[in-house]
Amino acid sequence: MNAILIVARKEFRDGLRNRWVLAITLVFAFLAIGLAYFGGSASGIVGFTSLATTIVSLASLAIFLIPLIALLLAYDSIVGEEEQGTLLLLLTYPLRRTELLTGKFIGHAAIMATSTVLGFGVAALLIGILSDELYDSELWQAFAFFILTATLLGWAFIAMAYVTSVVVSEKSRATGITLVIWFWFVLIFDLIMLGLLVISSGGGGGRWLPYLMLLNPTDIFRLANLSGFEATRNYTGLAQVTSETLTDPTILTFILVLWVIIPLLLAIWLFNHRRV
Amino acid sequence: MNSVVELQQVEKRYGNIYALENITLSLNEGEILGLLGHNGAGKTTTMKLILGVISATAGSVKLFDKSPTGAHADTLRRNMGYLPENVSFYNQLSGREVLDYFAELKGISVKARNGLLERVGLNDAADRRVKTYSKGMRQRLGLAQALLGQPSLLLLDEPTAGLDPAATNEFYRILDELRNQGSTVLLSSHVLPGIEKHIDRVAILGKGKLLANGTLHELSRQAQLPLTFHVRGMWPDMDWHKQLSEYDIEFQHVNGQRLELNGPLQSKLDIMRSLLAVPEVNDVEVIHPTLDSLYAYYNKKNNRATSP
Repeated sequence: MNAILIVARKEFRDGLRNRWVLAITLVFAFLAIGLAYFGGSASGIVGFTSLATTIVSLASLAIFLIPLIALLLAYDSIVGEEEQGTLLLLLTYPLRRTELLTGKFIGHAAIMATSTVLGFGVAALLIGILSDELYDSELWQAFAFFILTATLLGWAFIAMAYVTSVVVSEKSRATGITLVIWFWFVLIFDLIMLGLLVISSGGGGGRWLPYLMLLNPTDIFRLANLSGFEATRNYTGLAQVTSETLTDPTILTFILVLWVIIPLLLAIWLFNHRRV
Repeated sequence: MNSVVELQQVEKRYGNIYALENITLSLNEGEILGLLGHNGAGKTTTMKLILGVISATAGSVKLFDKSPTGAHADTLRRNMGYLPENVSFYNQLSGREVLDYFAELKGISVKARNGLLERVGLNDAADRRVKTYSKGMRQRLGLAQALLGQPSLLLLDEPTAGLDPAATNEFYRILDELRNQGSTVLLSSHVLPGIEKHIDRVAILGKGKLLANGTLHELSRQAQLPLTFHVRGMWPDMDWHKQLSEYDIEFQHVNGQRLELNGPLQSKLDIMRSLLAVPEVNDVEVIHPTLDSLYAYYNKKNNRATSP
């Protein structure tokens, strides 16, 4: 069997064995069902709200959770092997470094995809049944798109975790750096964006500023999912951003894919130049 | 005899720091070579070069006449087994699963890997998680991994480090088995006692240089280390200093019943004849220089040469 697949299969099996798959699936499912059930309580309704509302609130929460889970899943994939002494051993096997990292990525990506599809999928099915939207194909499309972009978001952060894992020589340092990455993309970046928006208000900045959001995969994910719903556009403030590019789901998905591929290639390149 | 590994004037430098300098060393088929040296002497670097994980700054490394980093690397790697110095493996997998993973990566069939765990004495623990393994068991799992696919060359980095005496003896038993099968083994160690019997040739590394290389016999002759004689008997008024005055002898301990002395190797038989000529002598024991003392000798010599 191909070396990449052997490594990928081992990573995926590890994910099952460590209960990563189970844990992530349950977190996602409970999150989705919980939000669907209590999501309407602000407007005085308790009970299952529509899928559309659920997706919007789910997307906001997923932005915090998915990057964190992905980083935790993958931060030690290389530096951990090194500390176990297995990295040097693996490199003496008939196996390229590119193959090792690619295999690990496929394994981790499969863990992420399985959990996302299962967790959110089961939840969506349940919500659909309970809120009588089971046959609304447009909504299902939106939810499928949500799952797809959530998976891509997870993959992007797995790839970023690899970059960290390849560069550092201690596991504890990898933990620190991944937390900084998480803070940067999830909190600090948006604060800076907000600041820039305030500073440039009235100036010409409003036109190019939204494009800066493409530098943050979590913002792309947010744009892609919120702009999909007419109803949500108004109150999320996205009405301000009327650029065609920034609301086109195909383009946004494509950019999200780039956010997976570029860090992954960077990690592979760095790994190939790493001293053992 | 065919040489399996051939290092020619190999140099490995990290920035300005020399990890290895001018190493010329070969390993012949069916030979067990002990690579001895203190920590940081360059043992692991030498192994990494042979394994093709790093490449030499200068000089050439040849494995079965091919470059370990070249186009034939994968074929060479399938024919080679390696036990790293510190390997704890995957805690969440069982011993059997770990071995299966490495076997798959090496492209070895299920049938060919059967019996390996038994051979290293891990059969009973095969289905337990590696997390529960002791240091010695992990080391044995590492050895089983190195033996996957019956490689014609084995590189064992500090295989006895951290093992208790029983596990060390068990390891030597496996090593002797490999030797009888004609495997070629490069073994690095800094734990010396007892290893002499199990290796054919010694290479001593110190601070990245090859200090000595040869069979134990050759090295003892080269080093001119003295023999030690332990003599017993009853000789109340014997003047041993006068009796043995013609040889270059260093007396360690003399009394009425015991005599301990060091004498040069080349006068071994003459000294023995002189000792046996004394009728009061009951017993003579000749102790040859051990690997330990040889190692100390070559290291001291190197330190003297490099110190200002």
